[in-house]
Amino acid sequence: MKTEGYAPKILVFSTDKISDPGIDQAGLRKLHYSPKVYVISLPCSSGVKPRWIMKAFEEGFDGVFIAADGHECSYSPKCAEYTNNIIVEAQRLMKERNINTKRIRMAAICSVCAEPFVNHMGTFSKILSELGSVKNEIASNS
Amino acid sequence: MKQRIGVYICHCGGNISDYVDVEQLSKLIANEDNVVISKDVMFACSDSNQKEMIQDIQEKQLDAIVVASCSPKLHTHTFRNVALRAGINPYNYVQVNVREQCSWAHSDTPLDATVKAYGLVRAGINRVAYSEALENIEIEAQKAVAVIGAGVAGMRAAIELARLGNSVYLIEKEEQVGGRVAQSGKLFMTGEDGKTLTQRLLNEVKSLSQINLFTKATLEKVSGSIGNFTIDVNVDGNLLKLNVGAVLVTTGFDFYQPTKNEYGFGQTQRVITLQEFNQLIENNTTELIIEGRPVKNIAYIYCVGNRQSKGPNRYCSRFCCTAAIHSSVRVHERFNGVKAFHFYRDIRTYGKQELLYRQSSLNGDVYLKFEEKEPPIIEVENGYPVVKVKDYLTSKKEIALKADLVVLVTGMVARSDSNQISEKLKIPIGNDKFFNEIHPKLRPVETVINGVYIGGACQGPKNISESVQSALAGVAKINALLQKGKIALEPIVARVNAEACLWCGKCAEVCEYDAIKPLEMNGKMVAQVNIATCKGCGICAPVCPSDAIEIAEYSNQGIESMIAGFAAEAEIKQSETQHEEETEPTHVGMKEYPEEWNKILSCFNGEPLTIPQISDKSALAKELITYHLMTMNRYGIVEPAGLNDDESYNMYKPKKQ
Ligand SMILES: Cc1cc2nc3c(=O)[nH]c(=O)nc-3n(C[C@H](O)[C@H](O)[C@H](O)COP(=O)(O)OP(=O)(O)OC[C@H]3O[C@@H](n4cnc5c(N)ncnc54)[C@H](O)[C@@H]3O)c2cc1C
Ligand code: SF4
Ligand code: SF4
Ligand code: SF4
Repeated sequence: MKTEGYAPKILVFSTDKISDPGIDQAGLRKLHYSPKVYVISLPCSSGVKPRWIMKAFEEGFDGVFIAADGHECSYSPKCAEYTNNIIVEAQRLMKERNINTKRIRMAAICSVCAEPFVNHMGTFSKILSELGSVKNEIASNS
Repeated sequence: MKQRIGVYICHCGGNISDYVDVEQLSKLIANEDNVVISKDVMFACSDSNQKEMIQDIQEKQLDAIVVASCSPKLHTHTFRNVALRAGINPYNYVQVNVREQCSWAHSDTPLDATVKAYGLVRAGINRVAYSEALENIEIEAQKAVAVIGAGVAGMRAAIELARLGNSVYLIEKEEQVGGRVAQSGKLFMTGEDGKTLTQRLLNEVKSLSQINLFTKATLEKVSGSIGNFTIDVNVDGNLLKLNVGAVLVTTGFDFYQPTKNEYGFGQTQRVITLQEFNQLIENNTTELIIEGRPVKNIAYIYCVGNRQSKGPNRYCSRFCCTAAIHSSVRVHERFNGVKAFHFYRDIRTYGKQELLYRQSSLNGDVYLKFEEKEPPIIEVENGYPVVKVKDYLTSKKEIALKADLVVLVTGMVARSDSNQISEKLKIPIGNDKFFNEIHPKLRPVETVINGVYIGGACQGPKNISESVQSALAGVAKINALLQKGKIALEPIVARVNAEACLWCGKCAEVCEYDAIKPLEMNGKMVAQVNIATCKGCGICAPVCPSDAIEIAEYSNQGIESMIAGFAAEAEIKQSETQHEEETEPTHVGMKEYPEEWNKILSCFNGEPLTIPQISDKSALAKELITYHLMTMNRYGIVEPAGLNDDESYNMYKPKKQ
């Protein structure tokens, strides 16, 4: 379902040392992105639990974005693989609930990635606004 | 669950409250469940507010606090200390980022920013409600430090670290140490020769057995974390593994290289940079000679490659006014009959360096002022540069000067390889490509990476004394960190719910730090976490099939209640904020301004002013002016007018009604 001009709500999982400073820098430099973006910062992007992602959809977030550490992760060289496993598991759960799997996205964001973060939020908002509200999707699918 | 929560929402002197309706927010939050106090405060981090918070916590018997202010990277420790001093556990505190991730990020849509801030604060309250009291963990720390870059800053830091009893690995990429200073002749303000100074430091470095100096050495790889970094260094082709507790980066700066034709550069040998000129002074003894002929007229052009209103080099390099004037004074000392003409934008010989400017004026040097919008133009006539400029000191009179030599007073830029260091150590670089500290005023030598510090000119332009000062500040921080051989770490580690754990071993499989081992408990095997080696990364948590392992502070309840808190955006009364915006300019008439507003307005004389300037003119305290300007800005009486020249203060001007 397409909703014209719909401003989707996005939950971002960022990481304390790598992607959150990048997101802070976007603010510091007043590079604007959608005010419907909310951020939870964790130690590592491989620590996001799929149930938290599902909780976000239940609470009306239209999309979940994982600002991953990727190869920059100071905890594990396999971080990108682990974060990807989390996405795969979340998508499995989403399919069970008939939630469009495009509503979850991941990209590596580093501590100086202010512009890339803002661009990602722009593109993701666009995709999500075309999908429309997650509430309609959950309601119409159930 | 915490039921007596105090919430403090910060104006940040306008940085937040210019865009987020902080007052409305704090009133709304006062009605939330479990919130006992909700206040909006001018500067949450100020001493006076910290005292007030302690008083509130004790008088109202608060059991948890939320501060909605700047990024938690800046003030988490400040407010954890407040909690501690007031007698509650520092982990019953949550900082909500309503500045970097709200007011600044959404300064274009203030109403939406307020709506978002409400959700953020709600989430913070939910999270603190589920927060637990945690105790710090102590770990062993290597009493060894890697110092990257052996310029004056790096060498001076290495010497001091060694004297304080630390092992030091001083890693220099060039064959020679001393950085830019080793390439300099006589220095301001001491008159000492650059080579002599760096040789003296090198002798001291060599005399200290705790310092291992590696030249032709570069950083290959960095792993580990504070207290225990492993650093792979390539020393002239050989790989070396070092174990250190902390890292100090002192990689310095590059000279700004003028582009072809910038002020005639590259068109004639008679247009050179300041560092080339300094070499020329050193290489000539009785007479300044260029292209076989004596130099009698020198034109200095200031701020080349600096203070540009567009592009990355917007900063002032601080050292170059003094360096150029110092060179000019040196010329007079060494050679007879040379005339100097200084084409400057502003002279920044701050502090004692002013004495050099005075000396130069006494020597008869001529100073001509230009502005960025009308820079000097250099034309080459018969191989000689002719400088044409409008002199702003004599009502923009057009002046043309035929010079024997033009010296471009070039500033500093970041090292071209700063990206690589930034990538390896994961420390951020700014728009200007210099390394970024956590906070320019409050935490000037720390980076966002725990245990990695910056000093000297790699952080931004500095003269030698400033470079050494910042490097020594890094030394003090590092020594305080490592001296006990133990570091108190945050107790944010994994823990296992023994009842739910089935010992499948999946968590142990993904743990990079070998922190999980099986343990027999009540007749069954369960996972056990070694809290000294656990880094609290949380990678083990999502892989557990029975959701039996979690990280303290990142419990399901904590995170899921935050998500629910974000979702609660609907209760903001949109009309209140919009109403203020619609009615602002007409609603408040001049006669209704408080007395202070009149005093502030009477300071303006057509030019924008900074808060200290208004304070000087009005005799009002700066804090008071900050407060009123913020409100005046909101009511459309004044408006921001950009940064002042050295970018240290915001400027304001009356808004045309
Ligand atoms: C023309 C000119 C004249 C000046 N005159 C004066 C003066 O008279 N008085 C004064 O106070 N100041 C003067 N200055 C400023 C002075 O040069 C600086 O303050 C000083 O050099 C800063 O020291 P530093 O150690 O931070 O950096 P640097 O001198 O740049 O030293 C950095 C060191 O780190 C090394 N390095 C860089 N990258 C790496 C890497 N990746 N790995 C390992 N090593 C690395 C470099 O090789 C170098 O040895 C002048 C500057 C200029 C340009
Ligand atoms: S110190 Fe600042 S004002 Fe002076 S020449 Fe350098 S950049 Fe220009
Ligand atoms: S993954 Fe979970 S169930 Fe398996 S051992 Fe670890 S804590 Fe126990
Ligand atoms: S939190 Fe990280 S370091 Fe700690 S046990 Fe889990 S995987 Fe290992």
